[in-house]
Amino acid sequence: MRLSHPAETAEPTCQEGLAEALLAPERPAPKAVRTAHRFAVYRNNVVLSLIDALASTYPAVEALVGEEFFRAAAREFVLAHPPRSPILIEWGGDFPDWIAAFPPAAPVPYLGDVARLEWAWNRAYNAAEAAPIRIEHLAALPPELVAEATVRLHPSHAIVASRFPVVSLWAEATERAERSRLDLSEAETALIVRPDMGVDVRKIDAGTAAFLESLSVGGTIGEAAAAAGGDEGLLAERLAGLFQLGLAVGLSGGVSPTPIQP
Amino acid sequence: MKPPLTMLPERAGLPFKHSHWPEIEAAGGAVSWYEVHAENYMGAGGPPHRMLEALRALTPLSLHGVGLSIGGEGPLNRDHLERLRGLVERFQPASFSEHLAWSSHDDVYFNDLLPLPYNAETVARVADHIDETQDAVGMRMLLENPSSYVELEGADMEEVDFLVAVAERTGCGLLLDINNVYVSAVNQGFAPEDYLDRFPLHLVGEIHLAGHAVEVEADGGKLLIDSHDRRVDEAVWALFERTLRHTGPLPTLVEWDNDVPDFPVLLDEAALADRALDHAQDRAQDRAQDRARGHTVAAE
Repeated sequence: MRLSHPAETAEPTCQEGLAEALLAPERPAPKAVRTAHRFAVYRNNVVLSLIDALASTYPAVEALVGEEFFRAAAREFVLAHPPRSPILIEWGGDFPDWIAAFPPAAPVPYLGDVARLEWAWNRAYNAAEAAPIRIEHLAALPPELVAEATVRLHPSHAIVASRFPVVSLWAEATERAERSRLDLSEAETALIVRPDMGVDVRKIDAGTAAFLESLSVGGTIGEAAAAAGGDEGLLAERLAGLFQLGLAVGLSGGVSPTPIQP
Repeated sequence: MKPPLTMLPERAGLPFKHSHWPEIEAAGGAVSWYEVHAENYMGAGGPPHRMLEALRALTPLSLHGVGLSIGGEGPLNRDHLERLRGLVERFQPASFSEHLAWSSHDDVYFNDLLPLPYNAETVARVADHIDETQDAVGMRMLLENPSSYVELEGADMEEVDFLVAVAERTGCGLLLDINNVYVSAVNQGFAPEDYLDRFPLHLVGEIHLAGHAVEVEADGGKLLIDSHDRRVDEAVWALFERTLRHTGPLPTLVEWDNDVPDFPVLLDEAALADRALDHAQDRAQDRAQDRARGHTVAAE
């Protein structure tokens, strides 16, 4: 909670006056500024630098709506949700929900999901490091304990489920894939993970998403397999995928939860 | 004894842009040092940290903070100080610098270097914040002069006197941004040479150069914006050379933060700065030889 000023009518300090006016374009320049017309330079610097920061986190959204629309929308977002910390790589997580509910963007209903994917990408890029482990660790468990084992997933991983082809839209917008005629009714779910230098974004099926979501909240392999559905073969495939993609960074086997180092 | 103002080489340095990393790595130590914005390495991990580790093995680093809000009316952000301390410990920079400005208020971060009224009260507050910062990071810091666009009520000191007062109270060094001096001079209508003649050059541990944008105001007057998006202006190069005649060579960064060009363009700018630094070095040697000769003559 903020301490209130000694008296509500007290003159604001120099900094209070400037801070109140910087993100409020409708207000006059603060009294503390002797050269009032020049205050616009600071207002511009603040808003434009934050729009640039948002554009660097959301290049696919910008590509999908065009620079002019993006910057106009970003300006409104900046004024409503300015950063609360000087670490700008951690700012902008509110943007996907905001843009999804932004009325002028209503004709582009998949924008929020593409933004969610980009935020997950940004988080994965800057996430903590963890060394992936190899599937041999799982193979070393007694077979009867595999279903009881839990897998710790890489801290960079995220899943973005969409009723739109979110991975294809993102890949085409960022020129990672050739433009095509996308069927917008095709639902896609994205898996994002950065086990090493590069952020990996790929489509996964709903069963695999359920499998990973169960593991990520501490479910055992048996519970995750039940959540995902499918037969033994599919489970073996999903388990192999965990290790191939560098998603698994720890394994606790059955009764004795000893984490295994890479 | 005070620690030295800087451990950076007295050569040109460049800003570290991640998009340039493959070329920087391939160029090895071709550039004498790099400067990074501290806040870009305050995430939990990932490629930025790995690249900085690798860069650190190639050349000395200058850690340059842009978000501490040293001029803020409120207390310093303790979490931010702790993060800075962690970066200094991990990457062992040859220099740490921050700005004479504020950027946060009531938790809102404005991502800009905002102005302070220069007066005794502000000196006391900024000096306290610098003491706290130097204690936290465990090294002597350099404080950078800002570019300014407005005059503030309550200001009754010149910027140079303000910087001197803060440096005297805290023992910090100064980072002289010559582009900022030029931008402020044109915007406020003073001669940049007068400012530089009064500047305590013996406290300067690093120089910044950068490009600025030129706008024309409604009354036809010129307004310069510290945009860091183009080559260094001729007038700023001239002021740089003029300054080096008094200081001798100093670590000099050519900043470029917006519309970042291909790496070779930055190398060109660094080469220009290095040429001026070479001349300054030659002059310093000539002077030393003259002095040595003078002593010999006197001894005879």
